[in-house]
Amino acid sequence: MDGPQSLRPAGSIVIDIENITKNYVMGEETVHALRGVTLQIRRNEYLAVMGPSGSGKSTLMNMLGCLDTPTSGRYEFNGRSVADMDDDELAAIRNREIGFVFQTFNLLPRATSLRNVELPLIYAGMDRESREERAAQALTDVGLGDRIQHKPNELSGGQRQRVAIARALVNNPSIILADEPTGNLDSKTGEEIMALLEDLYQRGNTIILVTHERDIATHARRTIHLRDGLIEMDQPGFVPQLDAVIAS
Amino acid sequence: MKRFVYELEESWRIAYAQMRSNMTRSTLTALGVIIGIIAVTLMGTAVNGIGVGFDKSMSVLGDDVLYVTQWPWKPVDDWWNYRDRKRIQTEYAETINRLITAAPNSNLVVAVPTSSLMRSIRYGGNAVDNVFTLGTTSDFTVTSTIEPKEGRFFNEIESREGAQVVIIGYDVADALFPSESPIDKFVMINGQLFKVIGVNSRQGTFLGLFSWDSMVAIPLIAFNKYFSSKSASDLRPGGSNTESDVRVKVKDKTKLLEAKDELIGIMRRVRALQPEQKDDFSINEQQAFKSTLDPVKNTIAIAGLFITGLSLFVGAIGIMNITFVSVKERTKEIGTRKALGARRRTILLQFLIESTALCLLGGFIGLVLAYFLCFGIGKAFPSFPIQFSFGLVVASMIVSVLTGLVSGFAPAWTASRLDPVTALRYE
Repeated sequence: MDGPQSLRPAGSIVIDIENITKNYVMGEETVHALRGVTLQIRRNEYLAVMGPSGSGKSTLMNMLGCLDTPTSGRYEFNGRSVADMDDDELAAIRNREIGFVFQTFNLLPRATSLRNVELPLIYAGMDRESREERAAQALTDVGLGDRIQHKPNELSGGQRQRVAIARALVNNPSIILADEPTGNLDSKTGEEIMALLEDLYQRGNTIILVTHERDIATHARRTIHLRDGLIEMDQPGFVPQLDAVIAS
Repeated sequence: MKRFVYELEESWRIAYAQMRSNMTRSTLTALGVIIGIIAVTLMGTAVNGIGVGFDKSMSVLGDDVLYVTQWPWKPVDDWWNYRDRKRIQTEYAETINRLITAAPNSNLVVAVPTSSLMRSIRYGGNAVDNVFTLGTTSDFTVTSTIEPKEGRFFNEIESREGAQVVIIGYDVADALFPSESPIDKFVMINGQLFKVIGVNSRQGTFLGLFSWDSMVAIPLIAFNKYFSSKSASDLRPGGSNTESDVRVKVKDKTKLLEAKDELIGIMRRVRALQPEQKDDFSINEQQAFKSTLDPVKNTIAIAGLFITGLSLFVGAIGIMNITFVSVKERTKEIGTRKALGARRRTILLQFLIESTALCLLGGFIGLVLAYFLCFGIGKAFPSFPIQFSFGLVVASMIVSVLTGLVSGFAPAWTASRLDPVTALRYE
């Protein structure tokens, strides 16, 4: 994809996490969801985060997506410390740097594809004309150029996820954070979505995939396994012939 | 700033889509506001109308006329001090007029005596009881603002010779002469025939305050000749007594106080009071009357608006409730928006606009309905004072917006503070 991010030197560190922890107080009990995670994610990586439920996978995803801040530890996003940002600063980071793709698509039901994709640009303060142009382009990029004026209930599941991906892409974020993106799709459609993500990766995007399905995780070039709030394993992807790409 | 405008625009669009997709719910909720706004608006028009009605009734008194009376036009605690005052004599008018003419640069124009009694009046088979019957002189036209609809007031000659002529009010004419012109017809008042020479134009009644519509006027000399001796019915408790006063026209109504002082001086001479004696008469003007009635008017206004305001309050609670429901239902959407970069303010704004849009819609519909209701009431009861004004439109729109903001604030605030992680997980 064209955009400012393609000007950045390849392989620069986007996410730099050092020894972060996250505790939740639930009644009398304190849950240690993350117990000290250290992780670096570079530009144009394709990373899968795996782990059983309760492993801290969701918590880590919330951290990576700047939806939540860690209890302790260092977290820098493109060199900026995120750990102690307030709600609105985090919202700005999410708006500019992170494209979310959710398992349940999370489209606004009464808005057309175009309006849905436009949303991050509204929050970014872009004028209407540029907004519509960029949103339409993003929809075309995911193969929905002819579904611009359709509402979510007029689209298939796969098409809805494509709209969501277009929405994630439209603001040229530094990372695309996909949380079980195929969880609500049949396997054939799921494969199509994975192909689209692969395509985005090939075009230079950084993709973080959160999943519990091995098959899905095999698309990534690097896989992290979480267990009990710690990284159990951080290994190059399941596809041996592409290992070289990540190493560079 | 630009972002704020775009967010605002987006919020309106969402609010519109939201209302359209929840038609029944929105309509029912807006109904509360509609009823509230109708109630408040109608009350507003009534309060307006009461003001106008007061002023209209008051205008009979004239704002440039001083009234010399035994009792002051205001409630008194020491009524016994007034009860034993000498009555006001109609003859004072002549003395006052002489003194006015003699005085250079007098602020007074002319004094007019009036006496009044309740009398029955009859024409053919039609009769009206308890008509306010006024005896006065031809100078009365100077102090009165009322215009004759037909005919004329009696002239100086008729006045001086006590001619048996009468000017009747609109309602009296209506009752006695339902299908013919009263002019030159003879009516029977207290067993005497009087020729109708004039009919006053309609003034309208208001809260039973004095109205020309139910009065008749005859020359004072004729009045004294036929009515002054008290009949048995007048002496009964609750029966009417002859009430006399003198009204004095003022030259320049901006110098009302000076005129009043002058008149007090004249009256003290008429009554031959020593300097150490207190006034044994009262000088009244329209304003004094108004200032006693204004608190009444204001109390009606405040009480009325408060009570009708309650119905608007109930409507506001409905809006608040539905906005809370909306926030709850769309928790996940709020989470999504936050994930996409919506800040707290954005979410707050969005729900505030939704509640405000509902209230504005309700307010607008309510206003339109209230307008037609006003129109209908005005047509059905012409005497009912009702006054629809542009100010009222603006005021009720402002009230609608404020209602929306106030009732939407708590739910919108809740929404804006939602934790994005929790909100996204909400099902």
